[in-house]
Amino acid sequence: MRLLPSGDRALLVELDDLDEVLGYYTALTADPPADVVDVVPAARTVLVTTSGSLDVLSRTLRAVTPIAGARTAGDLIEIPVVYDGEDLPDVAELLGCSTAEVVERHTGDEWTVAFCGFAPGFGYLTSAGSWDIPRRESPRTKVPTGAVALAGEFSGVYPRESPGGWQLIGRTPVRIFDSSREPAALFHPGRRVRFVDAGRG
Amino acid sequence: MSSLTVLEPGPLATIQDRGRSGQAALGVPASGACDRASYSLANRLVGNPVGAAAVEVTYGGLVLHADGDLVVAITGAPCTGVPLNAPTMLRAGQVLRLGAPASGLRTYVAVRGGIDVPAVLGSRSTDLLSGLGPAPLVANQTLPVGSSVEPMPGVDLAPVAHPADGTVVLRVTPGPRRDWFTDAGWASLVSQVYEVSSNSNRVGVRLDGEPLERARTGELASEGMARGAIQIPPSGTPVVFLADHPVTGGYPVIAYVASADLDACAQVRPGQPVRLLSS
Repeated sequence: MRLLPSGDRALLVELDDLDEVLGYYTALTADPPADVVDVVPAARTVLVTTSGSLDVLSRTLRAVTPIAGARTAGDLIEIPVVYDGEDLPDVAELLGCSTAEVVERHTGDEWTVAFCGFAPGFGYLTSAGSWDIPRRESPRTKVPTGAVALAGEFSGVYPRESPGGWQLIGRTPVRIFDSSREPAALFHPGRRVRFVDAGRG
Repeated sequence: MSSLTVLEPGPLATIQDRGRSGQAALGVPASGACDRASYSLANRLVGNPVGAAAVEVTYGGLVLHADGDLVVAITGAPCTGVPLNAPTMLRAGQVLRLGAPASGLRTYVAVRGGIDVPAVLGSRSTDLLSGLGPAPLVANQTLPVGSSVEPMPGVDLAPVAHPADGTVVLRVTPGPRRDWFTDAGWASLVSQVYEVSSNSNRVGVRLDGEPLERARTGELASEGMARGAIQIPPSGTPVVFLADHPVTGGYPVIAYVASADLDACAQVRPGQPVRLLSS
């Protein structure tokens, strides 16, 4: 673990990998220290902002021990997906399998929300499966709300219409983010997700 | 219930409060007033509770009609044609017309009782990046005024300095990815005179200048960033994150602006010279 400077209100904790990030985030947020304003996990780091002293924060952060197995400890939700995404044939070709097999792999894996970003409620989901899907060469200017997509080792669901470069494999009718709902975001770090084939919708 | 009517919004006017901090882990940016000291002062001058919603006006131009008797206070960038840094009575039917500011960029208009629009995720702030909160103000829109107030502060005029014109100096400290840049790159960051780009907005202040030399290439995995982060995209010129910045970013952060200087940073206007001072 390395603590990196991030101004006079935050520190950036750099960790070895996604699993350690999730373990660290889970440990830190299970018992949130006083004065901590925000805890932002990402791929290799956790940013922690405080309204108090950086020295106190630094001591607190060094004392946190990442929880092992955090990836498989969160609660589980099921997300129904109609697998008719425009890029599904391309993804199948990239993986050297049929589109049906892509669906089988995507629904067969158990996914975990590693972190959020890009847009409110957009979760970066990882699984134990070996996904390595390049982004589209030219991003779309409009990806529809609910699009289920792949990029790199991640799967995600677009919470609202936005530009995006991920490969679209399907869509879900579930509102992933709704600011008038409590809680607004269905995906939060640590939550486990299983995608379910909803047939033709 | 009392109200104000927007006759003209000017270039950009939004409703702002203290924002949505605490939800960054869900991808929700903090947002909120860019110049927080001026925003808070406006609320204090009209006896509003902490966190009441006010109007953030970018480069003047806002015209408001008082639909009833109201008390307002105007702070931040000193727009011509209106009383500044003082509680002011507006009679029903009176019109408040904000001219262009003599210096600075953002002006705050607080009304006693606060702007009473529905909160989204605990805040009435407009987040232009995420599309959360109320839309920017438009002509003929009615702004409801709330009734939650505290005693008037008994202050006639707050003695505050206007935002600086001329060169603005912002103190900076090394950020998490300082080592992605050479010593010459760092020296260039803290010695050159930048110019504020017209591409700046509530997400960030873009600075035009000489590109910085990098010590390493390659891509950074996205990581969390706070207000005041100075990100260096492939162009090599800085972007200083303001209120509506995304919670994570994929370009290295070479430095952070001192939090005490962030309000001044929110007041720099396109074309204005800026220096970053190593502290």
